[in-house]
Amino acid sequence: MVNLIESLGAYVLRQVFSAGRLGLFFAFAIRGIFLPPRKFWPTVKQIEFIGTKSLVVIGFTAAFTGMVLALQGYHTLTKFGSEGWLGSAIGLSLIRELGPVLSALMVTGRAGSAMAAEIGIMRIEEQIDALECMAIDPFSYLITPRFFASIVALPLLTAFNDVIGIMGGYMIGVGLLGVSGGAFWDGLTSSVDWSDLYMGFVKSACFSVIIACVCTYKGFYAGVDEGHFGPEQVGRATTDAVVISSIAVLISDYVITSIML
Amino acid sequence: MSTGNLIEIRDLDSFYKSRQVLFDINFAIPKHQVTVIMGVSGSGKTTLFRHLTGLKRTGPKQIIIDGEDLGAFSETMLMQYRRRIGVLFQSGALFNSLSLAENIAIPLKVHTRLAEETIRIMTVMKLNLVGLADFCDYMPSQMSGGMKKRAGLARALIMDPEILFVDEPSSGLDPITAAGLDRLILDLRKTLGMTAVVVTHELESAFKIADRMVVMDQGRIMAAGSPEEIRNSADRRVQQFLSREADPHRVGLDSYYERLFEWKGH
Repeated sequence: MVNLIESLGAYVLRQVFSAGRLGLFFAFAIRGIFLPPRKFWPTVKQIEFIGTKSLVVIGFTAAFTGMVLALQGYHTLTKFGSEGWLGSAIGLSLIRELGPVLSALMVTGRAGSAMAAEIGIMRIEEQIDALECMAIDPFSYLITPRFFASIVALPLLTAFNDVIGIMGGYMIGVGLLGVSGGAFWDGLTSSVDWSDLYMGFVKSACFSVIIACVCTYKGFYAGVDEGHFGPEQVGRATTDAVVISSIAVLISDYVITSIML
Repeated sequence: MSTGNLIEIRDLDSFYKSRQVLFDINFAIPKHQVTVIMGVSGSGKTTLFRHLTGLKRTGPKQIIIDGEDLGAFSETMLMQYRRRIGVLFQSGALFNSLSLAENIAIPLKVHTRLAEETIRIMTVMKLNLVGLADFCDYMPSQMSGGMKKRAGLARALIMDPEILFVDEPSSGLDPITAAGLDRLILDLRKTLGMTAVVVTHELESAFKIADRMVVMDQGRIMAAGSPEEIRNSADRRVQQFLSREADPHRVGLDSYYERLFEWKGH
């Protein structure tokens, strides 16, 4: 019984320690803006990696999401004789909810895992120690550019997701299922307003902070707590980064939606 | 602090979580000399190395650098100390996404306002020193382990440090390349008056380059002194280490079988 309480206590202490360290990590990443080296081109490079190179996967995700929304939406709306509202349903679903969330999950799986793995490998190969020994703040050099690249890239990817998703929905709804094109666009433009776009982009910005923070944190501290530095620690860090980021995105989606609605 | 000593280590204990790994370490590192820290695997050499480079936190008054307490350094002071040192890690620790020249140039780009051309010239000079001037645009993945180590040394030297810390310079290298690195460390000591701290378990290399030696075992110092003093040490463990004798109670077929059957019995 005592062992159980001890184990539980130790577990809770470890989680509290990790939460505190994550908070400090976030603060150091922000502080990195004011420290050398210069970050413009490294940030641009990261925007290319996180943003530009995710366009294809986001495009596919968005297109097929829009298409399946059109199929499901049409068959549901016809039961109420309201198939003319298909554009509205697709637009609101994508812009408020599915665009930000699916973009975040795709970026987590692609770029988030890559960030965690890359930084984790740097940790096990002593490259982060080398940065510290060269009197270069590793947060400023490694984390800050990724952080700000994520904040720039993810909302843009969300916007791209929304556009491609709506086009996919239009293609199926109007092109295949026979919904009136005019009704589709009228429904979309009359239902979607600035508050919906605002909600979508606020979510997207919050998700970008979560993904960048969690994924780079996991890579940065890969193996540090165990005291062992090897491929197993990098693998675990990458898996944890993706799982925790994904869950955090979904939980924060609910919280933000409940606040903003 | 006595004159001639750049670093003094006093009563240093070190822990990883609750496990003590260094016990009461006391020795000094003289200026302008090569100090070699030797020992078997797990003797605590790397932990000591991490304390000296500031990678592991040190308690108050345990490590004195040029009269200042490393344990009391603020973040700014620690950064200033690190600008005085160069560190070569065991694997070289080159950044995989940068070319060789870009790797070497990082400290100059971050800490100085030198023109690109000047940085390029200084980079090539240091690469010349280690015999890699023709490989400026190579990526680390295109280089052998020995080349990476030499490149790591070039990067450690780019800011002309006062103190050079080297972790296992010869490990993974062929004898010729290892001898070349030893030669380079001696030349740096001779021409630039650099102070060097080398962690190694390679006896030949250690005796070739050392002005002072420290032999460690199980987190403690067994012996410290000149190479001659170490060679003539009366300590049994030191002599066992120098003569490369295995521990008699750890190997032996009979004792192995005994332990195996005991284990299987459980």
